[in-house]
Formats: sequence, C-alpha cells, structure tokens
Amino acid sequence: MSGKRQAYAFTMNALMYLAAALTCGLVLLIMGYVLIRGLPNVTWELLSTRPSYLAETIGILPDILNTVYIVIATLVLVLPLGVGAAIYLTEYAANKKLVGVIEYAAETLSGIPSIIYGLVGMLFFCQFMGLQTSLLAGAMTLVIMNLPTIMRTTQESLKTVPQSYREGAFGLGAGKWRVIRTVVLPGSVDGIVTGCLLSVGRILGESAALLFTAGFAHALNGFFEGLSSAGATLTVALYVYAKEQGEFEVAFAIAAILMILTFLINLAASLVSRHFRKQ
Amino acid sequence: MKKKHLEKIIHGIFLVLGLITVGCVLLITVYLVISGLPAICEIGLLDFLTGTTWASTAAEPSYGILPFILTSVYGTAGAILLGVPVGFLTAVYLAKVAPPKIKSTVGGAVILLAGIPSVVYGLVGMLLLVPAIRSIFNVPDGASLLAAILVLAVMILPNIIKVSMTALEAVPKEYEDASLALGATPTETYFRVSVPAAKSGIAAAVVLGVGRAIGEAMAVMMVSGNTPNMPELFQSVRFLTTAVASEMSYSAGLQRQALFSIALVLFLFIMLINATLNFFLKREKGGRA
Repeated sequence: MSGKRQAYAFTMNALMYLAAALTCGLVLLIMGYVLIRGLPNVTWELLSTRPSYLAETIGILPDILNTVYIVIATLVLVLPLGVGAAIYLTEYAANKKLVGVIEYAAETLSGIPSIIYGLVGMLFFCQFMGLQTSLLAGAMTLVIMNLPTIMRTTQESLKTVPQSYREGAFGLGAGKWRVIRTVVLPGSVDGIVTGCLLSVGRILGESAALLFTAGFAHALNGFFEGLSSAGATLTVALYVYAKEQGEFEVAFAIAAILMILTFLINLAASLVSRHFRKQ
Repeated sequence: MKKKHLEKIIHGIFLVLGLITVGCVLLITVYLVISGLPAICEIGLLDFLTGTTWASTAAEPSYGILPFILTSVYGTAGAILLGVPVGFLTAVYLAKVAPPKIKSTVGGAVILLAGIPSVVYGLVGMLLLVPAIRSIFNVPDGASLLAAILVLAVMILPNIIKVSMTALEAVPKEYEDASLALGATPTETYFRVSVPAAKSGIAAAVVLGVGRAIGEAMAVMMVSGNTPNMPELFQSVRFLTTAVASEMSYSAGLQRQALFSIALVLFLFIMLINATLNFFLKREKGGRA
C-alpha cells in the first residue's frame, strides 16, 4: 500500500478514536463532577423540608411535589390528545394531504424552542385564559410540547399491530370503534408507555417553558391547591438557586437528583422496549 | 342505525384530536405575529434588525437587536464547528468500528447525555468552565461567548451522534462489501463509501444541531454573561433566546412588545431551519427507496 494511503488510514483512525474518547471523557466528566459535588449534599433534611427564612435552611420538598404534580397533570392531559391523534392518523385518516399536514405540524412543534413555548404559554394560558402563573398553566404548555412525542411513539406501535387482527375483528362483525378499543389499542401499549417515559424525561428537564408559566414559588401545597398556584419544579428551582441566589450546594444536590432520575428513566425505557420486543 | 351514528361521532372526535397539533402550530404562529408586530412597526423594521445598541431601560431607550442576532449566529456556528466533527467521528466509530459491547455502553452514555437537563449543563459550565476560561485566557470574566459555544457544542453532541449513526447504519452492506472487495481498507471504505452514502442523514443531523443550539436558553443564560454587547469571543454576550428570557419578568410597554418581536425573529429562524431539515430528511428517505 502506498505511503499516502497508509497515512490517510492512520490519520482517520486516530481522529476517530480521539473523538470517541473525547465524547466518553465528557460524559464521565459531567456525570462525575455533578455526582461528586451533589450527592454529599443530598440529605434527608433537604428532601423532607421546605425552605425556611427564619431558620435559614433550604428544603426542596415543595419542588419535588410540584414536579410530581406537573408530571401527573401533563400526562393526564396529553395522553388522550396524543393517543387520539395517533389513532386518527393510522386508523381513520383517508386523505393523504391531511395526514401530511398533521405530521408536518407535529414536526414543527417538536422543533420549536422551549422559550417560545414559555412565551406563548404565558400569553395564552396565563393571561388569555386567566389561569395566572400556575402549575396548571405550566402543565398545559408542556402538553403542547409533548404532544408530538406521544403521537409519534403511539403511531409507530399502532403501525406494528398486524392488519390481519383488524380484519379478523371486522370479519366477526365488530364496528370500527370496537376494533380500536379491543384490538388496536391493547396492541400499542408499548408505544404509549415509551412515549410517557420520554415525556416524563422531558418534563423533568424543562425549565425555560416553565419559568414564565408556572413561576418559581416554593410553597407546600396539596395536589389541586398546588395546580392553581405558582410553583417551581426541581429544574426551575435549580436555576433559581444557582443563578439568582448563589446556593450552589443545593443546586448541585438537585442536579445530582435529576441526573439519577434521568438515568432511571432511560433504564426503564430500555427495559420496557426489551420486554415488549420479547412478546 | 344507532350504531352508525355512534361511529360517526367517534370518527369526528378523532378528527378533532388529530387536528389539535395543527391548531397548536397556528395558535403559536398567530400569537407570536400579533404580539411581535406592534413593536417592529413602532421601532421600524430596519432600525430593529440592524440597530447595534439595545438599551431598553435607558432614559432614551434604543431597541436594536443586531447584537443578539449576530451572537446567536456566531454562537451556533461555533458550536457546530466544534461539535459536528467530534460527533460525526464518534458516530462513524460507533456505527462501523466499535465492538458491540463498547457500542452499547457508549451508546447508552450518549443517550444519558441527551437526557441531562439544560440547567445542569449550565450549572457545570458556570462552576467548571467559566473559571477555567478566566484563568487559562487571563480575562477578567470567563462568562463569555466562548463559554456558551463550548456548552452548546457539548449539548448538541448527542443529537448529532444519534442521527448520524442512524444514517450510517442504514447504508446497504453491499456498498461496503463491494468497496472492500475492490481492495479499499476498512477506514477508506467508511469515509469514502459509507459516509457519502449517508450524507443526507448527516446533513440532517447538522441542521438539527443548529436548531437545538439556536433555541437553547437556560444553559446559555448561565454561562454567557448576559450583557447586550456585539459578539466577541471573550465578551459577555446575550443571545436571542436569553434576550427574551432575561427581561421578561420585569418588562412593560414597548420594551415588553420588543421582547415579543425578538421571539418572532427567533421563531422565523427556527421555521427556516425546520424547512431545511425537512428537505434533507425527505431526500434521505427518497434516496434510500
């Protein structure tokens, strides 16, 4: 082989290994740094109390609860919408042009940056619909953001339900709605569950869209009371503690918790897909 | 008869659900245009887009967003310049060279990297990167365009790796076998056969990266210093996204309207990027069929 070709192969190989090593190094650096600085600060007291100005202590229980509330509210609202839209596209829609328009709209939605969602959410849900700055307004903003995700994953698994199942059910005299309810939907549970997990991950990580719609209060509330009042999720709380208050220990503790949650969600998603693939 | 009516009603319900995404896109577009236009009309399109000073709270306010536009463009270009080669080469390694065990481990790590919230990137950048830049380059403050570029480059990395990998894995094995049979080395095959065959997918990965980088707000807000300067590598700068985010909470009147106009400009950028992305994705699909 000519020297030139050998040099080419050597350079490209070296660059490739270098890039892969750099990527791995970055992952390790970021995870290691956050966990090492964050985990020692994750104490029971931090997790189980609310911030107190008198005792000058910081607790993130309200933020944890707010995150749980907003995840529940978003999923409850987005599931029927996203799954319904997917069913329409795969089971009902006959007009190809309309399908194209709907899919293009979904793609557009997934490309819009979260700060724009935050802005429109603030104008529409908080001001126009009169929800004020509240977890519910935040959840509704997140519904629009996560709609394409649920739609896409459901649609993909609806497509894997064999056509012969539908035909068999139709042949037995079932109406369309009955076929969807009893044959198609049960067959697409995997896609719906995957979509939910992806959405939870996105909601956990979201901050820009929530800053102006859900606000950053740290009040301890019940579920329904919480939905109607302003509140910070963990991610927003991290931002506020790090940027506005300089409480880096708390910020790192939250970052470590978020990192572990992200890891668990990824794990769950891969387990779910493996479980359903086996079936 | 009753059953037929029920079916019709259910069909109608699903049609409405299907059209919700279209409604949402329309809602966002209409709201941004309606709330963004008044300030542009009042300030004047040319003054707004090409004005170099942003002093929204001054006694004689001036609303020029050229610094933000240029910062967003430079920041995104910088992130692409750094992130794409690294991501692309990693993708080639993972898709073609890596043994299965390494592939699944590193692939998992990349997915994890994609799931890390942007504020966590911001936090790490704020406490690790910004001080490092200050001491290495000996500048008064490390919160700068450079810090934002580096953070953005890391943030777009997982997307670029994932999309490029998918494209590279879809290259028909016959192409590579033919190249190997003609005497090309594996490395030559990967870079001269597989990569050109996957170029639409890789282009889509780059455009996706551009979209991510230009739309990122919180991480950038935490490391870029947030002063409306014209972009310079070691200057504290403000992006289109952070311009909206940083003044929204206390703005009023024309200043608030101008923020909506900035969002409109950002939205137009994103729509342009989306159209480009769709073009490449369609070509990728068409090329394979």
